[in-house]
Amino acid sequence: MKQLQLWKMYLSILLKVKRDKVKMENAIEIQNLTKKFDDFLAVNNVSFNVKKGDVFGFLGPNGSGKTTVIRMIMGLISPTSGTGRVLGYDIKKDSEKIRNHIGYMSQKFSLYEDLTVDENLDFYAGVYSVPKDKLEQKKKEILEMADLVGRENMITRNLSGGWKQRLALGCSIIHEPEILLLDEPTGGVDPIARRQFWDIIYDMSKKGVTILVTTHYMDEAEHCNSLGFLYFGDILSLDTSKSIKEKVIEGDIIEIKVRNILKSIELLKSKKGVEDASVYGAGIHAMTESNIDLNQLKGYLTENNMEVYSMKKVKPTLEDVFVFLVEKERKKI
Amino acid sequence: MNYKRIGSIIRKEFLQIKRDKRTMTIIFLMPIMQLLLFGYVASTNVDHIPSVVMNNDIGTESRVLLESFANSQYFDLDYHVQSIEEIEKYIDNGDARAGIVIPPEYSEYIKSGRTAQIQLIVDGSDPTTAQAVLSSAGGVVQSMSVKITQKMLGASMPQPLDLRTRVWYNPNMDSTRFNIPGLIGVILQTVTLMLTSFSIVRERERGTMEQLIVTPITKMELMLGKVIPYVLIGFVDIVLALSLSVFWFRVPIAGSINLLLLYSVIFLVGALGVGLNISVVAKSQLEAMQLSMFMIMPNMLLSGYMFPRNAMPKFVQALGSVLPLTHFINVLRGIILKGNGLAELYKEFFILIGFGVFFIVLASKKFKKKIE
Repeated sequence: MKQLQLWKMYLSILLKVKRDKVKMENAIEIQNLTKKFDDFLAVNNVSFNVKKGDVFGFLGPNGSGKTTVIRMIMGLISPTSGTGRVLGYDIKKDSEKIRNHIGYMSQKFSLYEDLTVDENLDFYAGVYSVPKDKLEQKKKEILEMADLVGRENMITRNLSGGWKQRLALGCSIIHEPEILLLDEPTGGVDPIARRQFWDIIYDMSKKGVTILVTTHYMDEAEHCNSLGFLYFGDILSLDTSKSIKEKVIEGDIIEIKVRNILKSIELLKSKKGVEDASVYGAGIHAMTESNIDLNQLKGYLTENNMEVYSMKKVKPTLEDVFVFLVEKERKKI
Repeated sequence: MNYKRIGSIIRKEFLQIKRDKRTMTIIFLMPIMQLLLFGYVASTNVDHIPSVVMNNDIGTESRVLLESFANSQYFDLDYHVQSIEEIEKYIDNGDARAGIVIPPEYSEYIKSGRTAQIQLIVDGSDPTTAQAVLSSAGGVVQSMSVKITQKMLGASMPQPLDLRTRVWYNPNMDSTRFNIPGLIGVILQTVTLMLTSFSIVRERERGTMEQLIVTPITKMELMLGKVIPYVLIGFVDIVLALSLSVFWFRVPIAGSINLLLLYSVIFLVGALGVGLNISVVAKSQLEAMQLSMFMIMPNMLLSGYMFPRNAMPKFVQALGSVLPLTHFINVLRGIILKGNGLAELYKEFFILIGFGVFFIVLASKKFKKKIE
């Protein structure tokens, strides 16, 4: 009996050493994750990895299944099939362990609206068992970060959107998690608050926190150093935001300023060599084959009585990529 | 079990309760209001029954008889009439509940030692009142007969039977004294059910539950954190209700108050546990409210609060015995009225503890740290 116990001990030490040696590069690994709600396929065979220390942007239109994926990572929803690991823990079996290492901010900033700022922080510090001697320092840090100094005793209900959002973030990082999952954290807050929020995210990333953030704001996606597009349950493309543009879009993006936008889009779509055209800001972005003759294109529009102000080749933005991917998927169906 | 986490939940619940006017109303006003309302309304003591008299006798004997009716406190001889039609009229329109008819030769018959007949007309539409009229009139006439017989025989003749009655615990058979203890139980059950049935589902509806279940808190910790504040509040409520019953309704507590409070705490855990289960199962606050309303009626009817349990069919009795309230009402009546101690109430002690553990464990088993 004694020997058996000794063996077990050796074995566990060995395993531990091995686990420490194999330094996991990925904080989150998702493989073939699928979720069906009755007949509705919410997430279809999604796989991706999030490297440690990355800011991973998880993009997709409303209803594309982003929230479902995040909830499956958190163990809030059981996947129909597929597997996933967070910091080496299985998302199906070890969700309690995972939760100790993750900070999570759900779509609606779910704070206790009838408690004060201070009471909310105290509460989450309590349920995460933040030690007392660390608590005051930690709270001070969070209040400063969230720009909430002086508002500690305000009832949360009376805070404006940006403050609520930063308080919610503060509550979800009070236990110093290694991974932060943010589900549309900037919905419904003004641009200045959004900027402030992203500054905090960068700071956290610098400190080594891995961040997964969902959004449908394309400008926010540019802040991420790696990206995933989710479109109606399927993952479309995964890469860093720099290479994603070059990889996905093979042709050119031509920005056209024209008087009659909608008519011009129709004309462009029927032109050979133009893959797609769509409204972009005050003009049009046309996706064309590589090295298209701009003069010829301008001539084509002018012939058709369109008044062209300017036309130039531009670098594709993420929005172009997004529209392109969505269109491609739609054509398949 | 991490006590710090339970403590955090308890502190948070108290802060929320403190700031919610509706909850504060339920906690403090509802028990007082219900106790006062039910305490006054739910009295089954019937006395001072308005009565109509048709006395056709001119002798003194009939006046003696009517006096003893009036002296019994059960009858108020409000109306004196001359015809049977008039009696009909008074009873028809509800002014009188009973009619006493004395025939013309009443005094004459009594004097000559013959049996004199008197007629009693009873409004039987309300059986409780009718029952009271019948039994009290029977009593009055019985004692009158004895008196007349003894007078005739010169009081030397002993009565063949002499029933000596002693009513224990509630000598005046005051129905308020009987009702109040049960009522305290019903109120405590109603208040606690309403409070806890919202506690979990409210957080689901407001979206705070999602944030709460991603923390390392265990299901049992959450359930205890949700129940303990309400046990304390329920304790305040029982003290409030007991004070009101002792000082306002003058229902003294015959047994040990400490023992009663101990039982109350044990009962509260079970009663709150029922509410917690509703809250775990319900999909919305509305559904939780409907479910707890649905629970209140069987509690009132089956627990023996309203109707004696011995009169119920066996299977209905069995249904009643799965309610914590049934056993708590036994305890309340036992301690307050009879002065029972642990020796008489040990069964209830274990049953109530059993209910408490069962419902809390069931709730934490049913609760899922998921949002599907």
